[in-house]
Amino acid sequence: MAEPLTGRGWSARVDRGAAMLSLIQDWTIGDSGLELGVAATLFDRPDIRSLRFDTRELGRWDSSLLIFLAAMRRESKLRNVEFDQTGLPLAARQLLALLPEQPPAPVAASPRLPVVERLGAWVIGRSTELMAFTTLIGETVLRTTAALRGRARMRLVDLFERMQEAGIDALPMVALVNVLVGGIVAFVGAVQLRRFGAGIYIANLIGVAEVREMAPLMTAIVMSGRTGSAYAAELATMQGSEEIDALRAFGIPIVDYLVLPRVSALTTMMPALSLYAAALGICGGFSVAVAMMNIAPAAFVAQMRSAVGLGEIFFGLAKATAFGAWIATSSCRIGLNAGRSATDVGQAATTGAVSGIVGVIALDAVFDVCANALGL
Amino acid sequence: MSQASGAPEAAAAPKLRVRGLAFGYPGLPLQHDVSFDVKSGSIFAIMGASGSGKSTLLKALAGLLLPSAGSIIFGGEDCCAMDAVRREAIGRRFGVLFQGGALWSSMTAAENVALPLQMFTDLDAAAIDALVQLKLSLVGLDTGRASMPSDLSGGMRQRVGLARALSLDPEILFLDEPSAGLDPISSRRFDDLVQELRDGFGVTIIMVSHELPSLLGICDDGVFLDAETKTAIAHGSPRVLRETCTQPTVHAFMNRERPPGDLDAP
Repeated sequence: MAEPLTGRGWSARVDRGAAMLSLIQDWTIGDSGLELGVAATLFDRPDIRSLRFDTRELGRWDSSLLIFLAAMRRESKLRNVEFDQTGLPLAARQLLALLPEQPPAPVAASPRLPVVERLGAWVIGRSTELMAFTTLIGETVLRTTAALRGRARMRLVDLFERMQEAGIDALPMVALVNVLVGGIVAFVGAVQLRRFGAGIYIANLIGVAEVREMAPLMTAIVMSGRTGSAYAAELATMQGSEEIDALRAFGIPIVDYLVLPRVSALTTMMPALSLYAAALGICGGFSVAVAMMNIAPAAFVAQMRSAVGLGEIFFGLAKATAFGAWIATSSCRIGLNAGRSATDVGQAATTGAVSGIVGVIALDAVFDVCANALGL
Repeated sequence: MSQASGAPEAAAAPKLRVRGLAFGYPGLPLQHDVSFDVKSGSIFAIMGASGSGKSTLLKALAGLLLPSAGSIIFGGEDCCAMDAVRREAIGRRFGVLFQGGALWSSMTAAENVALPLQMFTDLDAAAIDALVQLKLSLVGLDTGRASMPSDLSGGMRQRVGLARALSLDPEILFLDEPSAGLDPISSRRFDDLVQELRDGFGVTIIMVSHELPSLLGICDDGVFLDAETKTAIAHGSPRVLRETCTQPTVHAFMNRERPPGDLDAP
């Protein structure tokens, strides 16, 4: 008989090819951790033909013992050693019976595609997305026409609720941002114009910048972060809780019921918000101009009226309308296209805000280039 | 979930003792004066009609909701009287399977099971991986370990939820509607699994269920909560309650009948 092998919580004695493994003391994760290397130590002996257990001195045990026993059983099978589990506690045998004899194959890492294939997949994915987005825009336009003729299934109560959310509820934030932006524009302008003794032209700068550029743009950025992300998150949550599937099951058109009220509300509210924002931005700039540059209020107003015509106002309103339509439509598309988990909802909200802001800035550039080309 | 060798005294003592428990939500008291004992190693059912506060009681027992009155004695300590830190420590000796699994959606099935081990043990990555494999194998999940929860079926999500609940080898396992939404075969398999895990690990199981076959098939003991009187109106094994309880609400529930006085009753 050879010398016994020992380890933490076990000792083994081999007699004429029969190994008796004695399990002693506690076998718990907290007390002893996991004994992952015992099988290799024991089966280092090539003469072992059978393996039995003695658990008379075994104390408390938990999953660590099961992992050990499963490993011993697996190694025994691999080496054609008889695995006799009759000496084990009944509960351990019952749990061992639940475990597969062979561990499941490790999950193969998904093969990394070549760069060209990945690029191709990306292009196809973007094209599909672009087509889906274009389809949504088309459907929204068609359904808006139907809605104007009273033939859409949009509920007016939804439309008014959305208009309140995107309109009245947004007033404080839009006001704060635009008053500050008006003041900042005035500060920057005042410093430069004073050098040339052209201080009075601060009124032109503030009036044109606010009405034509800053008010629509800043309002759109605020609404993108506030309302666009909310639309995306709301629709993504509805996707996750199968509310959209329920609408489809009843045959309720998704565009009529979900998209149209949001797009209509934001598209109609944005020009109004932009006008309000421009007024407040001018007030902010006016305050700075009067306080810093000692410009007479009446002179400021007269100068600004000469600079800001109806064309500037309509140009700003057209921009705001386009921004509103873009933010609402892209956010709805992102929400409807989201996955079904909590992470997807967060991702949809972020993407909704980001795509809104990026899209608005890009649209603004397009507007300005076109205006420049047309001499507007 | 440690097996105590040769400890008949421990088996006889209740694992959990509930006395005079009252619970609910602000402005909505659900139950009062609820008392019962849960025997060690038993499968204990919390029964009652919808809205009677079964899931809320389960949350209170698991330490997720503080009752407004009464005591929950576990290991000689009143869980309702201890501070939050101690209650959290006690909570790690419990495992909870929520309705639908409540898996963390940003993690794979295996990562869901591994997280509690990473947070609350000093085990190295290999040991945690071995434990995760063990728990998932025990619940019969040999595929889908690397899948995200959204890609798993309802039954698989429940199994992963059960494996996660077992991850820290709990002494008490709380199951909230474990077989809700499962087909009869999956539901039966799940019941068998719960029973096998109880027999194997000796873990005490407290479950909320509406499923009569589950209640009658695997539960040894239970309490019946009444939504009208807002207290426990029957105690005992679902099988015994079905055969012997004459309380009209309990009798109707256990025999799937309309209660007397039901306006729609024929």
